Amino acid sequence: MAEINIQTVRKTFIGSKQPAVNDIDLTVANSEFMVLLGPSGCGKTTLLRMIAGLEYPDSGSILIGGRDVTDLPPRSRGIAMVFQSYAVFPHMTVYDNIAFGLRMHHASKSEISRKVERAADLLQLTPYLKRFSAQLSGGQRQRVAVARAIVMEPSVLLMDEPLSNLDALLRLNFRSELKKLVQEIKTTTIYVTHDQVEALSLGDRIAVMRDGEIVQCGTPMEIYSNPATEFIGGFIGNPPMNFLHGLLQRQNGRARVTVGDHVLEAPTTLAAHDGATVIVGIRAENIQAALQSVPDALAARAEVIEPVGSHMLITAVVGDQRVKVLTRADFPVETNGSLWLQPEWDKLRWFDPETHREIAAK
Amino acid sequence: MNTATVTKPAETGAPVVRRRARSRRHMLGRIGLYALAILITLFMLLPIYLIAVSAFSPQAKIYTFPKALIPHRSDLSTATFSFFIHSTGVPQSVRNSIVVGLGTLLLSTLIGAPAGLALARFFFRGRGAFQLFILSTRAFPGVILAIPLVVTFIRWNLYDKLLGVILVHTAFTLPTTILVMSSIFVSIPRDLEEAALTLGCTPFAAFWRIMLPLSLPGMAAVAIFTFVASWNEVFAATILTVKNRTLPAQVLASLNSSQLPYKFAGGFALVIPSLVFIFFMRRYLFNMWGRVVR
Amino acid sequence: MRDQVAAGERAIAAPARRARRARKGGTTTAPYLLLVPAALFLAIFFVWPMVQALLLSVRGEHGGFTTANFHRMTGDTYFWPAVRYTLLFIVVILPCQLALALAMALLLQADLKGKGFFLYIWAIPLAISDLASGIVWLAIFSPNGFLNSILHGLGLEENPFPFLTLEHPVSRFLCIVIAETWRATSLVMIILLAGIQVIPKDYAEAAEVFGATAWQRLRYVTLPLLRPSLQVALILRTLAAFQVFAIILALVGRTVPVLAEEAYNWSAVLTNNYIAAAYAVVILVVSIAVTIVYLRALRVRDEQQGL
Repeated sequence: MAEINIQTVRKTFIGSKQPAVNDIDLTVANSEFMVLLGPSGCGKTTLLRMIAGLEYPDSGSILIGGRDVTDLPPRSRGIAMVFQSYAVFPHMTVYDNIAFGLRMHHASKSEISRKVERAADLLQLTPYLKRFSAQLSGGQRQRVAVARAIVMEPSVLLMDEPLSNLDALLRLNFRSELKKLVQEIKTTTIYVTHDQVEALSLGDRIAVMRDGEIVQCGTPMEIYSNPATEFIGGFIGNPPMNFLHGLLQRQNGRARVTVGDHVLEAPTTLAAHDGATVIVGIRAENIQAALQSVPDALAARAEVIEPVGSHMLITAVVGDQRVKVLTRADFPVETNGSLWLQPEWDKLRWFDPETHREIAAK
Repeated sequence: MNTATVTKPAETGAPVVRRRARSRRHMLGRIGLYALAILITLFMLLPIYLIAVSAFSPQAKIYTFPKALIPHRSDLSTATFSFFIHSTGVPQSVRNSIVVGLGTLLLSTLIGAPAGLALARFFFRGRGAFQLFILSTRAFPGVILAIPLVVTFIRWNLYDKLLGVILVHTAFTLPTTILVMSSIFVSIPRDLEEAALTLGCTPFAAFWRIMLPLSLPGMAAVAIFTFVASWNEVFAATILTVKNRTLPAQVLASLNSSQLPYKFAGGFALVIPSLVFIFFMRRYLFNMWGRVVR
Repeated sequence: MRDQVAAGERAIAAPARRARRARKGGTTTAPYLLLVPAALFLAIFFVWPMVQALLLSVRGEHGGFTTANFHRMTGDTYFWPAVRYTLLFIVVILPCQLALALAMALLLQADLKGKGFFLYIWAIPLAISDLASGIVWLAIFSPNGFLNSILHGLGLEENPFPFLTLEHPVSRFLCIVIAETWRATSLVMIILLAGIQVIPKDYAEAAEVFGATAWQRLRYVTLPLLRPSLQVALILRTLAAFQVFAIILALVGRTVPVLAEEAYNWSAVLTNNYIAAAYAVVILVVSIAVTIVYLRALRVRDEQQGL
């Protein structure tokens, strides 16, 4: 167990102008489960590989447990890694795969068999110890990869999209199992994924990355309900956050935003932006829909109605903008029917259309 | 080819009859295909069978006419083959061929495998140029290498030495070895090596414990390929040697002066390794040749 | 293990930077170190001999540069027949090989029972040398060989027909064509088969849905997509054809001269490496010219290659 300090780390690949990782600072606390989340090509895997020692940064340093490991090879870092492809050695049995790292560190025979058996037990691999990779299912291979990593009792556990090659049901099951396991062994963990659901459900904290930079780092609920940028609001959550463009005007010391024919009350702190266009962000579940006219509600038309089982997803048209709204599954709306939408005022988020960043609201 | 696999529902008429007509045509087509395949098989196989029969007929029988396609058991003997194998120079040339083949295999692998690894695992300045150079060697007729090397080898005291033949054969096989080795290494996922690194291996240990064992079957295929290429090469082997002949050089050099029984037995001896080769290489034919020829 | 790691001292920044630079140097020199033996070897035993062949062909026996070797070569009675025969063989044998190999490759794709067996048998000639192939067919075409025996057995002839003699140039030529087709078609088949196998079945199936017949699918779908493989096969076989000689030597001796055979003869029998080198240069120049012509004529547009 150890704290990880990443200090202004930068990496540019040969032949590319944009740095893959651009002066990133990040501290992961002891025993913390940190998720690096972002679309493909955002630099999350490169950052993970630099922590593993599979790539070396051009500048900056990486400290694990206070020790500068920036230039150390992977074997001297006290890390273990789970690969996206599992990377289970095909020419070794499950037992030999799990024992491989211990053997490389010259552990004694009795220690090896004790630890391997415990790891195998933990991941329900005991019946398969004598099998080869080709005789295993994808889920079992994934377990081998995890067992092989945790048997090392690493100070840092690194995982590179470990669930992305599993089918949907297995992924769901293994996700909760993984969370339980990591909570038990209390190892500092960095977990890379592009799947926001995985990130929200697993992470103690999430670092959202884009174009080689960390755009926001915080607990899942912070990131979900207070996205720092329009990008994060759109990237996290299903459906993504709604964004409406409106004109902000100051009236009697209060800020009002005109969306379509309607006027929304904005926090007074926004009054400085008088005359500017702002973007209002609101999550689909934070909008109350009604079939009758309600004061202060936005008039809308239900363009598409999609029952999704537990809820009803409505695509509503407000003026010339579209809004996704989640309602009860039995909400009696008809296609092209009229709707009145009432956003929860405290859940409104405000973004600058130029910088796409949140405008300080509080 | 599979004309009738999609049976469309007939809109009118008697669908059953139509389908039957269709499947009969399909049947005839399949029979035609099998007939053609068997014909080609006979064309490929018959010559091998006939050279075997020739090599195991008594010498006198070889000059008789007409011959039986299926010889009587009393007409088969190992006399011709054993006469050939005990002729002057032949035992030595078989040994030489094996030595040259193994030497070429060893040298080619030792030099080619690292180069293949470099092409497969590293990005470096000049990588594209080197790859192009290796590919372009195919446009140069290997045969002619031997002619100027006669002059060089006399000077270097390599003329009429097995080592000289090994060197030339390695020059022939090396580009292929490099390309195939590289594609074998490329086919081993990088993740496996990296996993080994994170589990405590040095880069060398990762190669030794992961890459090497996983590439062994492919390497064996390349090795057999190299051996057969060397075993079959006759131009350089003949003009670079006088006394230290390989088997094909021995057979070629004595073509004019030798009798039919000697030739037939020699021809069969030359064919044997290829039969073994193809048998062991069945699994690799596509992987190997598919890549070799690109 | 964790304890070992924790025992590691805090590294100071400066030496770490130095170490990084050193290791970076390491990763860039490693591939060169791996390549050096191969590059050196090919330079000495491939590139240099090619250059030397050129030099040798323009050297006189007593030093100095001369075109005498080429004059003597072109003046030789065997030279022009050798050029003619070499080209004639290419023109006749190559189409035979391509057609047969295509048929074989398509047959193997047709899901016949025992296709593994067919593939094994059809691949055997892959590993047979041209010398061995010549001798194999000598057993069939020689006057009291098996072909004559069969014809006699069928009552088609009374006395053996001398297929391989000077008096029957056409049959002699055809015998060589058959022997060479037998030997080298397997390689073409493997190239085409490898090419066919990477063509997704969807294309042919799509064509079938649109009502294309088997022949139309071959003509308009498979063949165009197979073009890169056909090109590779054509180039490789043409280049190889310039180097073939032992099959002819074994079947008919020097009565049918080809370029490689003459080079062999001048070097091995007449021990005149200057003339041999002149032949080598001719083969070299023609090979390169043919490769360039093929690549130009059969250029496959990039977008077509993206299967």
